[in-house]
Amino acid sequence: MLPIREGFALAGILFALGIIGVLARRNIIFVLMSIEVMLNAAGLAFVVAGARWQQPDGQVVFLFILAMAAAEVSVGLALVLELYHQYKSLDTDAISRMRG
Amino acid sequence: MTIVFDVAGAVAIAATIMMLTRTHAVHALLYLIVSLLAVAVVFYDLGAPFVAALEVIVYAGAIMVLFVFVVMLLNLGEEASRAERGLLTPGIWIGPSVLAAILLAEFGWLLTRGSAPPAALANIGPAEVGMALFGSYLIGVELASMLLLGGLVGAYHLGWKERSHASHS
Repeated sequence: MLPIREGFALAGILFALGIIGVLARRNIIFVLMSIEVMLNAAGLAFVVAGARWQQPDGQVVFLFILAMAAAEVSVGLALVLELYHQYKSLDTDAISRMRG
Repeated sequence: MTIVFDVAGAVAIAATIMMLTRTHAVHALLYLIVSLLAVAVVFYDLGAPFVAALEVIVYAGAIMVLFVFVVMLLNLGEEASRAERGLLTPGIWIGPSVLAAILLAEFGWLLTRGSAPPAALANIGPAEVGMALFGSYLIGVELASMLLLGGLVGAYHLGWKERSHASHS
């Protein structure tokens, strides 16, 4: 028996936890980690759907999400280093003073 | 039989909640790695072993190593060595270790009871995924390679600009 409802419930709970982390935490490293959790939950939903219809498409989309997460995290962490060198802080409120 | 799925999902949710409530970034990283490993067990249970392996290698391996490097780069000095000594106290690593031990027990149980994952209708292995990936999704693979190249150039550009800035001042 395929636990499809539980799978989508798990994906939804993990995604909601990621949203809570993005909204509640002020440390930018925690915000990036919460984004990783949200991407992972979205990929989990795709894999659950792929297992439901027994097609490899869900896993293929998860691979694309994986590549996107890798690119996002490399640029994001480079920006975190730049932010820390400029503001000496990891607080996301510190960037709100930034004016282009 | 979805007991493996339920336990791994509970471990994933518990580890994610613990990650969100930590104050130290390294402690949160430990819990995040356990959460990703739990999701990998869920993938295996759903009949997606290739994606489960990639989750461990790329997510819990490569991406988390990037996070660990940045956290190490950001707090150098005396405060970091004090934090390092604090990391060796049992209160820090006992939580992730217990959650990871649960996952290890599940893994051993899956290995001993045979090859087929218990919850899946059918096992979709690397061959089917590869056929779809380089068949109908070939343009997506090309786009993903362009995206990764863009990420590489972007990260290099950010690092390069900062270094030339430091040499001027």
